[in-house]
Amino acid sequence: MSTKTEPTLSSIDNTALAKKAHREEYRELAKQGLWKNNPGLVQLLGLCPLLAVTATVTNALGLGLATLLVLVCSNTTVSAIRHWVPKEIRIPIFVLIIAAFVTCVQLLMNAYTYGIYQSLGIFLPLIVTNCAIIGRAEAYASKNPIKQASFDGLMMGLGFALVLFVLGAIREILGQGTLFDGAHLLLGDWASVLRIEVIHLDSQFLLAILPPGAFIAMGFIIALKNAIDANIKQRQPKEADKAIERVRVNFES
Amino acid sequence: MAFWIASSPHNHNQAETSALMRLVIYAVIPGICAQWYFFGWGNIIHIFLAITTALFCEFIVLSLRNKKNIRKQLFDGSAILTAILLGICLPAIAPWWISIIGAIFAIVIVKQLYGGLGNNPFNPAMAAYVMLLISFPLQMTSWQPPLALMTIDLDLANTLSVIFTDFTKEGYSVEQLRTSVDGFTMATPLDTLKTDIGLGLTVFESMEKSIFGENFALGWEWVNFAFLIGGVVLIAKKAIAWQTPLSFLLSLFICSFIAYSISPDSSASTMFHWLTGGCMLGAFFILTDPVSGATSTKGRLLVGALAGLLVYLIRTFGGYPDGIAFAVLLCNMAAPLIDQYTRPRTYGHQSKKIQGKAK
Repeated sequence: MSTKTEPTLSSIDNTALAKKAHREEYRELAKQGLWKNNPGLVQLLGLCPLLAVTATVTNALGLGLATLLVLVCSNTTVSAIRHWVPKEIRIPIFVLIIAAFVTCVQLLMNAYTYGIYQSLGIFLPLIVTNCAIIGRAEAYASKNPIKQASFDGLMMGLGFALVLFVLGAIREILGQGTLFDGAHLLLGDWASVLRIEVIHLDSQFLLAILPPGAFIAMGFIIALKNAIDANIKQRQPKEADKAIERVRVNFES
Repeated sequence: MAFWIASSPHNHNQAETSALMRLVIYAVIPGICAQWYFFGWGNIIHIFLAITTALFCEFIVLSLRNKKNIRKQLFDGSAILTAILLGICLPAIAPWWISIIGAIFAIVIVKQLYGGLGNNPFNPAMAAYVMLLISFPLQMTSWQPPLALMTIDLDLANTLSVIFTDFTKEGYSVEQLRTSVDGFTMATPLDTLKTDIGLGLTVFESMEKSIFGENFALGWEWVNFAFLIGGVVLIAKKAIAWQTPLSFLLSLFICSFIAYSISPDSSASTMFHWLTGGCMLGAFFILTDPVSGATSTKGRLLVGALAGLLVYLIRTFGGYPDGIAFAVLLCNMAAPLIDQYTRPRTYGHQSKKIQGKAK
């Protein structure tokens, strides 16, 4: 009996281990995309749309979702064709793929969310030039299987959309005193109930709406992230340090 | 016997930052008094609001940055001077939150986030002024006419009431305060002249208006004159270098002189440019900021000339009536580059040109 059970146990162990490693890999991907290697806060990629369209939450969310969609699709496609793409011409091919998806998203938004399409203006087609997308295609999707690549695209896109959302919320509250103003343009007519008037402002704080305000707000968000990271780091090694003990050698005494 | 050999400099200046700042603060007092005489209590109230906010912000940021000896840094006078300069620039009857937001921006973002005193690339007061002007164009352009032209009596209690509630005790609004006897809203002399030239009037026709007074600009000319006196005192005390104000004023003079001699109908006189707006304040108290300005002698001359040219261009062709603040910020940006190219020759070294000739 014992001889029979041993290999099955180890095989179960192996599959469990593999599953665990698998889960660990996805968790790491999520952590990288949402926090550690966030395209907006850490890689500082795609700053142009990030700062230009985040005057309101609705615009930010519109661009964030569009970028998310393009990122997932392009990562999946790039990963699917990674064995057939010659190394020398990979960049033009990636750009073509991304441009195709951006065109799809642009036409879809033109058809279904015309208000947002208009207020995003040139920044919607400019998603093609967003370095976060081509960066992920080059750095991750072209080297990894489809499942992981699409998950990586999803997490990176979510991280980017999250930064857009936070920045949009800060700027909209400071600039107009509202949240989700004009959300019905993006989410349909029911969403007009989402509009919240946070503070009543007699006069708009134009700095928050203008690009310099975006830079300042972005700087504060990055500073906050770094402060949180520093705080976490400060807490961790203290426990590790205690384990190391050195005997001080003093010849004089 | 051993000789103790000390290297240069042999003559040390023991002056502290706070002493210099105190001197500059004393030097702006004549200007503030002139402002008080012609425009009422508004600016003094704004100065106090700004000083309180600036000191509070400075204290908070310094403690957040874990600085030692906070008390000394807090009262070195730099934050107080920034607040005073900001309070002087603001329209006298602007609402109270204007000076508070301005002081917070000046101290926290423009000064402390860049590393505190000595590290800020921009002049804090001017950066805050530009921020306010861009963010709140309506409040920042509601300039009050000189007291002599106002139909409503504006004493201390009334000014306080306007600043904190937007209305005087009798219920007059800011807009009504700015209205002259014949029902027109009055603006600053620079603004009025600019609008009139845009409407096709000649300078002489425009200058007939009561806002210009008998000379150039009622009230403003004396305020500028008072700042000039304060500035001259500073130069005499060697607190500021003479190069920057001189080249600034000369450059503005030359630009306006050329324009005036070509077409006197559509350009203001040289003295009008010198004695309106924030010209003298900018020349003596803001461009000479030791932190954000140029440091070499040639560099100071260049920065002053550039600022004069920019002020003239903005006043004549720009969208805003006065351009001191914008010119100062642009010059602050250019100052490091100008310093790079105008480094003085060190003693014992030759410039490259002479070296080339010698070969």
